[in-house]
Amino acid sequence: MDYVLIILLEMLRAVSWLVLLASGLAIIFGMMRVINFAHGEFLMLGGYITIMTHNNGVPLWISMLILAPLTVGIFGILVERLVIRHLYGRIIDSLLATWGLSLLMIGGVTLVFGNTVQGVSTPFGAVSIGEYSIPLYNFVIIGFAAAIMLATWAVLKFTKVGLVARATMQNPDMAETLGVRTTWVYMATFGIGSAVTGLAGGLLAPLTGVVPSMGVNFVGQSFITVITGGASMIAGTLSASTLLGTVSQGVTFASGPVYGDAALLLTALVLLRVLPQGITGRIFKKSL
Amino acid sequence: MERSIAKDVGFYVMLGIGLVLMFIGPLIWDLFQIMQITQYVVLSVYALSLAYIWGFGGILSFGQAAFFGLGAYTFAVASINMGDTTLPFVLSFILPAAFGAGLGYFMFYGRLSEVYLGVVTMVVTLIFWKLINHTAGPEYSIGDARLGGFNGIPSIPILNVPGDPSAWLDPAQMFQVFMAILIIVYVVLRLIIASDFGRVSVGIRENEERSSLLGYDIRRHKVIVFAIGSGIAGMSGAMWATYQTFIDPNAFSMEMSAKALVWVMAGGIGTLAGPILAVVLLQWLSLKLGTMHILNNYVILGGIMMILVLLLPKGLLPTFQALSLRLWTIGKSKMKERTPKGKAASDV
Repeated sequence: MDYVLIILLEMLRAVSWLVLLASGLAIIFGMMRVINFAHGEFLMLGGYITIMTHNNGVPLWISMLILAPLTVGIFGILVERLVIRHLYGRIIDSLLATWGLSLLMIGGVTLVFGNTVQGVSTPFGAVSIGEYSIPLYNFVIIGFAAAIMLATWAVLKFTKVGLVARATMQNPDMAETLGVRTTWVYMATFGIGSAVTGLAGGLLAPLTGVVPSMGVNFVGQSFITVITGGASMIAGTLSASTLLGTVSQGVTFASGPVYGDAALLLTALVLLRVLPQGITGRIFKKSL
Repeated sequence: MERSIAKDVGFYVMLGIGLVLMFIGPLIWDLFQIMQITQYVVLSVYALSLAYIWGFGGILSFGQAAFFGLGAYTFAVASINMGDTTLPFVLSFILPAAFGAGLGYFMFYGRLSEVYLGVVTMVVTLIFWKLINHTAGPEYSIGDARLGGFNGIPSIPILNVPGDPSAWLDPAQMFQVFMAILIIVYVVLRLIIASDFGRVSVGIRENEERSSLLGYDIRRHKVIVFAIGSGIAGMSGAMWATYQTFIDPNAFSMEMSAKALVWVMAGGIGTLAGPILAVVLLQWLSLKLGTMHILNNYVILGGIMMILVLLLPKGLLPTFQALSLRLWTIGKSKMKERTPKGKAASDV
């Protein structure tokens, strides 16, 4: 019984982990159809800000939940204004430019902070379920994944801003005709997506430590989740995370984390062969 | 735009330069220069693989390093086991090509969009990188070859005369063989591009829908183009492995994929000569900038990439061609006092 509970919790943690990693990217992709190839480095930046500010005396929760999202969000807006804005309608070029940005960020952070791992200890202890013990921090991850999804849903569904965003998503030309400044919507979207990514980076910093090249360990999972999910921000992220998280966690249990990643990719490839626009390209088409 | 080879002056110029370098080079360069230039030759083959599939097939692969690394590891493992290097070299073309065909089947028959294609190819490379990094223990060995994880595979045999494993090539001979391979790859790709098959792939690049309405099977076409490019990338990986006599998982790195993209972007998409020139120019440049110790490789590569996308989206060679063409037509029109019709840019 305890074992089943542990397995279920681990599955839930794996799914939440994917949601957390991918949601910032999914927000940007859902709105603008642009994949931010520097996503991993945005995570890295969030992690660095968390750890650097914390080491300088800021309480961990403030640096993790406020400073990291804020800084990465502002950085995202800067990137949008300086780079992405010039490349709307040239999707391939925006991929290439963000990839260049990703390399630039790895190099830049290496120059500033050096190529060493830095970290803080994971907050909270562990809780024991029967004879097993699991870190309490897992529940933080699950909680934040749920909170991000809920918040995105609520904003899109119930607020004026969400209405404008949904209109721009459905038909940018029509939205523009009706007086929506779509360029501002895009800018805000990129900023919010980046902020969510920064938050994710902050949350994973205590788990993994930070190093300039850490992004590479997470981008694979994030990209696969987003493209498997398809264009709908919430339904796509949730369905893809659930499917892929379960698969990869299952394989990880059986044979180790490296093969878990490979299984993730294989599943996604087979799925995309059948549903080339991702899950929400055909199923849950009208959902958010 | 794609003209027949017979009238293409640029093609003969490139071919001539290649042949002259191949025979004269070892006579006038010292050993260090030969080694350095051999490196450019190997990377040029790698750049050509992407130049072909991107410029003449419209397939943007963000994971060319997957095939480069696959070819390198295939060669390393096979040659360590066999002793002779001829068959491993052939295998290093066949295996990546087959893998490319398999991956291409999923991507192109699924009709993935460009963004999805980019992401999938990139993630495939990432997974390879992770898997190979993971193979550090002695239990991960194929025959006599230990994969070695992040330590890589040392003492990979140098290319030998076919059938005689003890007759190693010296650096000058290796340079000549690699130069010959580069010339062959260049000529073969040029012939493919000028053939009916190549014309159809260019048609697909220009307009997929129209090509498919004209009755061409664009999916099959793209798979073949992708497989050819993968094979060439794999072969360049094998050349890299035998040139260094060492290979590590960095062959599968993001940086390696990004380099190929940068060379093709810098050289000009839709040219073959451009990327070769870009390899020489940018490798030399990053060597010079790297020795200054102010910037590291990532900053240089990323910076060049962003500058290219934002400022020079057409690449150096086409920009230069367009510029010289304009100067030429301006000069001519001044002489004749009338504007001649624009001449299409060459696609050597």
